Amino acid sequence: MASEAHGAEQGGLEFHPMDQFLVKPLFGGDHIGLFTITNVTLWMALAVIAVVAMMVVGTRRRAIIPSRGQSIGELAYGFIYKMVEDVAGKDAVKFFPYIMTLFMFIVMANFLGLLPMSFTTTSHFAVTIGLALLVFVTVTVVGFVKNGAAFLGLFWVSSAPLALRPVLAIIEVISYFVRPVSHSIRLAGNVMAGHAVIKVFAGFAAIAVVSPVSIVAITAMYGLEVLVAFIQAYVFTILTCVYLKDALHPSH
Amino acid sequence: MEGQLAHIGAGIAGLGTGIAALGVGNVAANFLAGALRNPSAAASQTATLFIGIAFAEALGIFSFLVALLLMFAV
Repeated sequence: MASEAHGAEQGGLEFHPMDQFLVKPLFGGDHIGLFTITNVTLWMALAVIAVVAMMVVGTRRRAIIPSRGQSIGELAYGFIYKMVEDVAGKDAVKFFPYIMTLFMFIVMANFLGLLPMSFTTTSHFAVTIGLALLVFVTVTVVGFVKNGAAFLGLFWVSSAPLALRPVLAIIEVISYFVRPVSHSIRLAGNVMAGHAVIKVFAGFAAIAVVSPVSIVAITAMYGLEVLVAFIQAYVFTILTCVYLKDALHPSH
Repeated sequence: MEGQLAHIGAGIAGLGTGIAALGVGNVAANFLAGALRNPSAAASQTATLFIGIAFAEALGIFSFLVALLLMFAV
């Protein structure tokens, strides 16, 4: 998206608010190939390390009276487990490791992106569309393996009047295939928009008259972004559960 | 000229996000109204609340995407 640096001459701000999303190679050079190590690679790897540190190392001792790290790990585990059970049903529990991985990766990537000078990997559609397409393919394959051709009943709304059903079927098919798009863009759009707003206020902070207002606004937006970082990870996960429920029980 | 028209189009597309905000507010307001009438049932419905907000928000995000495409891709 923001593939080229925008100069200061383009707008009135000191820096362009989209410059923070530039993908740069870490070890010099300008060329970005398929296997170039960029700042995206670095911050995704850090997110994975953070998840491992919290869930594997943090819960290693398995104390009866948990330490702080262990409590957070247990809390996250219980939270997602209950969500999978409640939303997707008891037979969806075998997909729990996948959903837990998704949630932990997204929430860690979002929170790491909130550190000053860091890079938010989930603000890139390329990253979230990868996650969303994997969910889409998984759900479709599981639906057909579990139900066979009966999975197509998802598109045939049997509770509607007969004359309306072909029309509804078209709408259902469209809404099914637009799922990975909305699923990924919701996460990337929310995260990106929030970060861009913070950067816009940061640009105004250079003007002496409005700088107190804009610094307060940055603080307020940052607080909102902490909330959004968690809620968007939660929404991504809960929608995965909803889609999974559709695949396991396709009847309307 | 065409670039300026694209910027105007991006501005118009941006209106869609505001209208989606009305939808999200509607979902949250109705949830709150229901939750205040029956607080004991509210906790079990928060997941439904977030799903509703997410679906209402998706269409606003689409218009945001159209605005972005007009700004950077067209």
